[in-house]
Amino acid sequence: MSLWQSEASRPVEPEAAAARFINDPKHEETHDRLVWGMRTKRDQAASLLPHWEELREVASQVKEHTLTHLDQYLQQFENNALANGVKVHWARDAAEHNNTVLRIFEEHGVKLVIKSKSMLQEECGMTEFLIAHGITVRESDLGERIQQLSKERPSHIVVPSIHKLRTDIAELFAEHLHTDPHNSDPHYLAEAMRNDARPQFLAADAAMTGANFAVAETGGIVVCTNEGNADIGATVPSLLVSSIGIEKLIPRASDLGLFLRLLSRSALGPPMTQYTTHLHRPRPGTELHFVLVDNKRSERLASPDFWHVLKCIRCGACMNTCPVYRRSGGLAYGATYSGPIGIILDPGFDHRKYRELPFHSSLCGSCTEVCPVKIDISNQIYKWRRVIASEGLLPAIKGAGLPVLGDVLAHPAVFHAAEAIGIASIAHLPHKVLDNPLNPWTRHREMPGAPSQTFHAWYEKEGKKHE
Amino acid sequence: MKIGLFIPCYIDAFFPQVGIATLELLQRLGHQVECPRGQTCCGQPMANSGDQHASSETEAHFAACFRDYETIVGPSGSCVHHIRYHLDACEQTPEVVRVRKAVRELIEFLHDDLQNPPLPPVEFPHKVGLHNSCAAVRGLRQEQPSEIAAAPRYSKSQDLLKQVKGLQIVPMDRPDECCGFGGSFSVTDEAVSSKMGLDRSSDFLRHGAEYIASGDMSCLIHLRGIIERQKMPLKVVHIAQILNGGPFA
Repeated sequence: MSLWQSEASRPVEPEAAAARFINDPKHEETHDRLVWGMRTKRDQAASLLPHWEELREVASQVKEHTLTHLDQYLQQFENNALANGVKVHWARDAAEHNNTVLRIFEEHGVKLVIKSKSMLQEECGMTEFLIAHGITVRESDLGERIQQLSKERPSHIVVPSIHKLRTDIAELFAEHLHTDPHNSDPHYLAEAMRNDARPQFLAADAAMTGANFAVAETGGIVVCTNEGNADIGATVPSLLVSSIGIEKLIPRASDLGLFLRLLSRSALGPPMTQYTTHLHRPRPGTELHFVLVDNKRSERLASPDFWHVLKCIRCGACMNTCPVYRRSGGLAYGATYSGPIGIILDPGFDHRKYRELPFHSSLCGSCTEVCPVKIDISNQIYKWRRVIASEGLLPAIKGAGLPVLGDVLAHPAVFHAAEAIGIASIAHLPHKVLDNPLNPWTRHREMPGAPSQTFHAWYEKEGKKHE
Repeated sequence: MKIGLFIPCYIDAFFPQVGIATLELLQRLGHQVECPRGQTCCGQPMANSGDQHASSETEAHFAACFRDYETIVGPSGSCVHHIRYHLDACEQTPEVVRVRKAVRELIEFLHDDLQNPPLPPVEFPHKVGLHNSCAAVRGLRQEQPSEIAAAPRYSKSQDLLKQVKGLQIVPMDRPDECCGFGGSFSVTDEAVSSKMGLDRSSDFLRHGAEYIASGDMSCLIHLRGIIERQKMPLKVVHIAQILNGGPFA
């Protein structure tokens, strides 16, 4: 059963989860420092590349062009892939995707699958589904494998276990790989994982990857990793299945020059990922399958307010810059996608379950400014709030007072009376009354002091003299 | 020029001195300034929570209060950003559209419309940490956002503050990181909001600032709450107070 299904439709509670993360300063402060470090490296990389802002604009336009001609490019991609000898499947939703993959594996008698990182497969809850059908699925990306052993989702779409400390990994590996729990040296831990993974790579009956880009002109896909783990999957087993979201299309191979320039720099700072793998056709004697997945992407594409989210190339820059994400940790979002991009993607799957996410933002707008394909992320967060409110889904703490507040603020006399009561309360009530657990403001902050008079009271007496 | 003075609700209630500083500064620059009496709020608190219905009457009321002014100036990037880009819950009559276009934030009014005029001589011999709000930086483009890789770097508030004798702006580790106020976010997401405020204040403190200066009291109401609780040797001040030489309390 997938994470999506097992947690049913209970609304996620990002604020409470974030508060727990912050309560553990060692994790929160390390997380903030490391993730901000990625933002800093992104800034340096962007400043070293001439015309960075123009590249963002062109990338945005190429994506918009592709999305508005998506039917043509998908057909072109399929035709070229078929001509290359690839077997192409179409999946309307997560269930169709998972069943397609399962059918392929059953036909080939697959028992062990080695997979590289794919947010789409995560989105589909594929791993849990395959395991429930008796297939062993092993993550080959180090961070993803750490998350798999922890029975947690990835907390970041590029660096899945960034919320963990080295010492957490040492404990985890001690439990599963029998390493020394007190040795958190990264080289030692990485070597232990390598030794554990290699026999599995060799024994796997099939491999799986995601796709960063699908090129219509060639019918090939591009997979970017920093560990080369996708390449092992592509070169060792005799069966490879790649899951591709239909929004991954780009028209031409030459467009890669644009997107590959932006992707890794936006993500972690380096000019390129360590490995950029181009998969066009099966090796002789092997099979290559592409599964093209919709899973509500067509629905998004039809939405005038929200279709821009499909431009996303999953670099994670918006997460790295997000001050709320950095203090929350990705798991606090309780969803496949976390951070700003998660806030605007997840409600598209289930806006009741994820109704709290658009409010887990200070609307600072930094996400919009770093996005390499210029998605107006903060604006979309703002628009999702309107959708949630208009459907009467505002949670009590956020919605209860608003009609009353709106009424007070629309009527000057009532406003000034309310103001007077508020100011008098602050001035005269004992500190303990205001500083109580029901007033979240004062948990970490003092109340503002009460002035002797409001501006409008002063203006009535003094200001008018100058008019 | 006759100016309609827009005093945001929380400045009216908690920071009358910022309203006074804004009024006096505009008058000293030779403008006729009127503060419409019936004004309350721009509607942002309800609209930011997504509740268009609750904000529509307040927004319509705001526009009605200022319909007689060709220029409206308010000392808040956050409110002006709302009015310019998001005040669409009420019916968009020609009058509402005109008012939305006529609203200027104090810093952009001084810097862009008045072309950074010579200000009355004033001193502020302190180390100042500059906190331009997210609405001012990324919304109103009063400063080049740190995310943008293109030249030239600019900051309208810094340009204005250069006229102030003795004022020294301290550098920051994260120059335009959000302070975590975010309106109702500060209450509904109290833990994250407070941690962001603590990190922001600590950045100023680390760099030797005596004051945190901003064009937005909403950020400062939050940051002041943090620094008072933490007993940090920092004070907050609105840029209008610095430029006008007070009043500071």
